[in-house]
Amino acid sequence: MQNFASEFSRAAQLVLTGDPDLWAIVVLSLQVSVCAVLISAVIGMPVGAALAVARFPGRRALIILMNALMGFPPVVVGLLVYLMLSRSGPLGVLELLYTPTAMIIAQTVLVTPIIAALTRQVVELLAEEYSEQLRSLGVSRLASVPTLLWDARLALVTALLAGFGRAIAEVGAVIIVGGNINHVTRVMTTTIALETSKGNLALALALGAILIGIAVAVNAMVSALTLRAEQEGLRHA
Amino acid sequence: MRDLMPDMPNRLEISGLAIERKGRVLLDVPRLSLDGPGPTLILGPNGAGKSLLLRCLHGLIQADRGRVLQDGLDLTADHKARQAMVFQQPVLLRRSVAANLDFVLKRKRLGRSARKARIADLLAEGGLDGKARQSARSLSGGEAQRLAILRALALDPETLFLDEPTSALDPSATQAIEAMILRASDRGVRIVMVTHDVGQARRLAADIVMMQGGRVVEHGAARQVLEAPKCQASRQYLAGWLVT
Repeated sequence: MQNFASEFSRAAQLVLTGDPDLWAIVVLSLQVSVCAVLISAVIGMPVGAALAVARFPGRRALIILMNALMGFPPVVVGLLVYLMLSRSGPLGVLELLYTPTAMIIAQTVLVTPIIAALTRQVVELLAEEYSEQLRSLGVSRLASVPTLLWDARLALVTALLAGFGRAIAEVGAVIIVGGNINHVTRVMTTTIALETSKGNLALALALGAILIGIAVAVNAMVSALTLRAEQEGLRHA
Repeated sequence: MRDLMPDMPNRLEISGLAIERKGRVLLDVPRLSLDGPGPTLILGPNGAGKSLLLRCLHGLIQADRGRVLQDGLDLTADHKARQAMVFQQPVLLRRSVAANLDFVLKRKRLGRSARKARIADLLAEGGLDGKARQSARSLSGGEAQRLAILRALALDPETLFLDEPTSALDPSATQAIEAMILRASDRGVRIVMVTHDVGQARRLAADIVMMQGGRVVEHGAARQVLEAPKCQASRQYLAGWLVT
């Protein structure tokens, strides 16, 4: 019990004294996850919005597939990205394995379906409401996509934050493609797993506390934005 | 705002228009011509096909059969661009009041200063000065409908369709909207409006289209239809019977 108490105390010290190793890990984690979420947004939002307004054979199947991909196991994503980036894989020539870029790719694969599916849901509801009015103003289905994305902006920030929450808390995929190399690809989740197994609980606890802090902050922002979106009538429920 | 010459052609015609769903006739209008001066009001009970007819005239719904003609020609995208429609529930973009108007003006490819001046004129026209930066979603029902009408008028339409724009409004909000509609009509915009309200038809209509069961049962000058309706359905509706 006393040992745990001293580990907590050392963890607090690491956080409060601004330990450079600890904060380097936090910064790398944030860089990787923010990059992955931004790339996912650039891909996922237009795809989700297009799926919301376009009508074509196989659309329903595509939506089911996209929703299913939201629950794709991270370790499987890590394995697939590993196979693509490994020396004998199709993208092996790029030598990206065990780099932060590989981790960004893995997180992008994980987060894109989440952002695309949530965007589709939000934009489809808004498109139902706007459909006749936009057609009356001479705006075609596809031309309505930027208008819908802009008007759904509050709800879409919520989708981004949900994606970020998934990315920052992810461990399975990044450990496979990043390799958890000290000062290169070591992020908060992989460090927690490693340091716990080594018995270095202080660093694991300090990172755990920061990770929980980030998760709470993200959820608080999601709640605040959801509330504002509801007030503005973005949610129809 | 564009002033139309009173004798400028703006004739809407329907020929053999029909819509059926599951064997039920929703709309069956063999012939209808809207070419008189002043607002046309479409009256009738719920389910009479009034809103459906309005959507067909605006090209929002494609009928199973028949044609909608503008000045003798089938309705084209160019014709539709010279029409605008205001719905029963105003659909406002989740932006400021000014941004709702700007959305339409940008589509007309006006420059920034021209748009700004036009927005100021429109807000003054609708009595919404001072609310330019307010969120459109926070407007009252009457203000929201006025903004929807202003946004439609920003298109400089030759024809403005209104689907029961005052059905959920109190008398003072209704009065403000009726005044806007009459001013637009005086400027030469053809008004085609659906209403349940016989009193509103008396105040606004130059001619009245009476509908029941998807069919036009009577069409004529407002005074004639209101004071000496020719068909029994019109007489019953205008007398306040519960016509279905």
